[in-house]
Amino acid sequence: MQLTLWTYEGPPHVGAMRIVTAMRGMHYVLHAPQGDTYADLLFTMIERRSARPPVTYTTFQARDLGGDTAELFKDAARNAYETFAPQAMIVGASCTGELIQDDPAGLARALDLPIPVIPLELPSYQKKENWGAAETFYRIVRSLTKPVTDRQSSSTPSCNILGPCALGFRHRDDLYEIKALLAECGIAVNVVAPEGATPADITRLGDADFNIVLYPEIAQPAAEWLKKNCGQPFTTTIPIGVNATRAFIKEICALAGVTPPADDMNARLPWYSRSVDSTYLTGKRVFIFGDATHALALARVARDEIGYTVCGLGTYTREFAREVRAEASAHGIEALISDDYLAIEAAIAAAQPELVLGTQMERHIAKRLGIPCAVISAPVHVQDFPARRSPVMGFEGANVLFDTLVHPLMMGLEEHLLGLFRDDFEFHDEAAPSHLGAKKAAAPMAQPANEDWSPEAEKELKKIPFFVRGKARRNTESFARERGLFPISVETLYDAKAHFGR
Amino acid sequence: MNAHAPIPNPNCEKPVLRERGQHEVFCGLTGIVWLHRKIQDAFFLIVGSRTCAHLMQSAAGVMIFAEPRFATAIIEERDLAGMADMHDELDRVVTQLLARRPDIKMLFLVGSCPSEVIKLDLSRAAERLSQRTLPRTRVLAYSGSGIETTFTQGEDACLAALVPLMPADQDSSLLVVGTLADIIEDQFRSLFQAIGIDRVTFLPPRRAGELPGIGPKTQILLAQPFLGDTLKALEARGATRIDAPFPLGAEGSELWFRAAAKAFGIDHQKVTAAIAAPLERARLALSRHRERLTGKRIFFFPDSQLEIPLARFLSRELGMVPVEVGTPYLHRQVHAADLALLPDTQISEGQDVDRQLARCRAAKPDLTVCGLGLANPLEAEGLATKWSIELVFSPIHGFEQAGDLAELFARPLARAEKLRV
Repeated sequence: MQLTLWTYEGPPHVGAMRIVTAMRGMHYVLHAPQGDTYADLLFTMIERRSARPPVTYTTFQARDLGGDTAELFKDAARNAYETFAPQAMIVGASCTGELIQDDPAGLARALDLPIPVIPLELPSYQKKENWGAAETFYRIVRSLTKPVTDRQSSSTPSCNILGPCALGFRHRDDLYEIKALLAECGIAVNVVAPEGATPADITRLGDADFNIVLYPEIAQPAAEWLKKNCGQPFTTTIPIGVNATRAFIKEICALAGVTPPADDMNARLPWYSRSVDSTYLTGKRVFIFGDATHALALARVARDEIGYTVCGLGTYTREFAREVRAEASAHGIEALISDDYLAIEAAIAAAQPELVLGTQMERHIAKRLGIPCAVISAPVHVQDFPARRSPVMGFEGANVLFDTLVHPLMMGLEEHLLGLFRDDFEFHDEAAPSHLGAKKAAAPMAQPANEDWSPEAEKELKKIPFFVRGKARRNTESFARERGLFPISVETLYDAKAHFGR
Repeated sequence: MNAHAPIPNPNCEKPVLRERGQHEVFCGLTGIVWLHRKIQDAFFLIVGSRTCAHLMQSAAGVMIFAEPRFATAIIEERDLAGMADMHDELDRVVTQLLARRPDIKMLFLVGSCPSEVIKLDLSRAAERLSQRTLPRTRVLAYSGSGIETTFTQGEDACLAALVPLMPADQDSSLLVVGTLADIIEDQFRSLFQAIGIDRVTFLPPRRAGELPGIGPKTQILLAQPFLGDTLKALEARGATRIDAPFPLGAEGSELWFRAAAKAFGIDHQKVTAAIAAPLERARLALSRHRERLTGKRIFFFPDSQLEIPLARFLSRELGMVPVEVGTPYLHRQVHAADLALLPDTQISEGQDVDRQLARCRAAKPDLTVCGLGLANPLEAEGLATKWSIELVFSPIHGFEQAGDLAELFARPLARAEKLRV
């Protein structure tokens, strides 16, 4: 048993819902009790989808358990076929459905429906949402795609875009960017899946020359199957950030056998980062947590393209723990692989970053700790589906990331004024960045009166801007501890500053 | 209220359309969202699956508190495979939790679909754990599982679990049952005082240690309609129920207070004097919305069991026309007074959501009251909707809230008129 306050991922059948809801002409019959229908609101409210997810829940109750829940499943599947007339169906069980062991696969087979029915085994007590999404997409591809034995090269190179689905972080806008980029390179798009694809589209995935895997969490297993059975290579670069987008263009152009376009099109990030205005961003300490794809990419963007220092990096996607650990060690830190909200909160509090890049959960943690934050990854929130286009992929995505990673911070001049005039009536500790609302969030954990500090040093410490004060306190205390310099004087404070100065 | 509206015959049995099929309703776990705010030193530990945790998070939406007083002990493969003893695991999780939250005085182990299906005996676990954690913390159990409860029935199960702990009380008192916003409790308390009922208590209490007393001279006034099991448990301890419509709207509130006063033998005139001012305010507040709502046809999908009293209020006090009133469960005794006042309309119990949607589309109501999973799809089809969950999460009871309640229904229509896009 695992004590859980908040979760980063739902159960695996919610992952399956993200796939079918993204598709057209597909229906999901889910053996589930009353109440599991809550998942519909994720799609209709958070993502503001205008249609109900194509999911039929059998809605069994306690009084059905002694009787025939299997019959209930068959009725629901038959009705769903008649009502929604899908091209194909997937069938499976939610966590409670799994426990009553009714075998949806066998029951559906017995119905002998005149469409493909794809059974899903999603072990709810072992796996989670992203795994469920990837497994579902893989099962659909495996069941419907026609294998290709001898690939003919066509005159116009083409690819499939795999991964965009419902409730994905900025998938809609990323897709727009990637399509534009492909058009620029002269590469045709055969099928986008799951988003917008019909079962008929899935059958012809094999027509493309190669696959683009935009979100490995969703599309990796399907891409591997296609490689094996349709001879399609797939991309491994995730085009988040300027450097990665350049590498991605190189990769797809090589796969397509075309010449890459000469320039970076509309990339503004490189110049904005080189602009002297951005100097103050140098070395700002940033803590990054999210799904593996976004956490990995943001760590590189933060360090190489903005000039931050990554002081924390982690993911809740255990499937990609190895990659995240490797990236973390490249930043000289240890990766945090966890989905324990409280452990992540503790890690952020301990790292005392100047900026948090995370999910909606980290946004709440950062708010409590009084640290600026930007959201860079799922799990998503209604605000992660902005009305405007706001990709994170491609060159425009990099532009968006520049804004996203810089705007939560105090602006350069303001930060200087704060340092210069510490008791200024406007630019003081308790004031929030002037462009962000009037009130600063609750103070980060009241520090108890401390015997280790002389009153003068304590007062001097308060003059240090709040966003580095915690770090200064910690550094000074460890400096004093090593040297036995208690109580800490103003001198010790500045000695420590010189010692740790960056 | 329209004083001239004929009172429909209370004896006529209204026909009810009973359906079963896909239910688009939350399970009883969702009640934790308001119960944990109401009982301020209680913690709710769901013993369930990742789905339960995900539901709570989705239902609670953005309400991520400093540290919420609810959590899920997620059952894992090793628990099911028998590699770990579930009761040992539960003990470990509870110990971990209480070490973290020494301020918790009452811990509810909340059963879920998986825990019910595998027959994990949480009542026994609660007794065992209580022996270790008392006197600091009492551990109780109830089920909020979707296979046994819908949405608001979770509160019923929770309150029923509290009844055995209520101290015996031999004196006459009025017990108001059902979670109300604190501000409404305060309003009700002072109105009862003005009427002349001095001993008024509320269930659930604001703190675990403040459980009200109960005995043969306790008279129960339900504030919420979804409390059938709690009522039964209270009656088993000798209390008697006062029959009244629910205190929604000016008329509903008036009849509710008058029913209580009558049960306590208080003079009609005294009540009239005590409630005159708030009643007048409520009528005035309602009159502002009547023009917009009169004659508008309304369709209720089942959600909270508040549908029948709400339909009664909207039809009698605002002139709306209920087309269909869906309720997840119809407790005839508890709803008797409201049913008697409800004009003839289609009442449906349970749900087959696809059929009900077909009826709704065919009826083309002016306003559809439904859950969050259906609202946007119906809006996209051109039907104005009111989220039913807002009716549970907003203070709507009593005279002072009657106008706010009407406004909740007027707002979607006003918005539709206002928007020019």
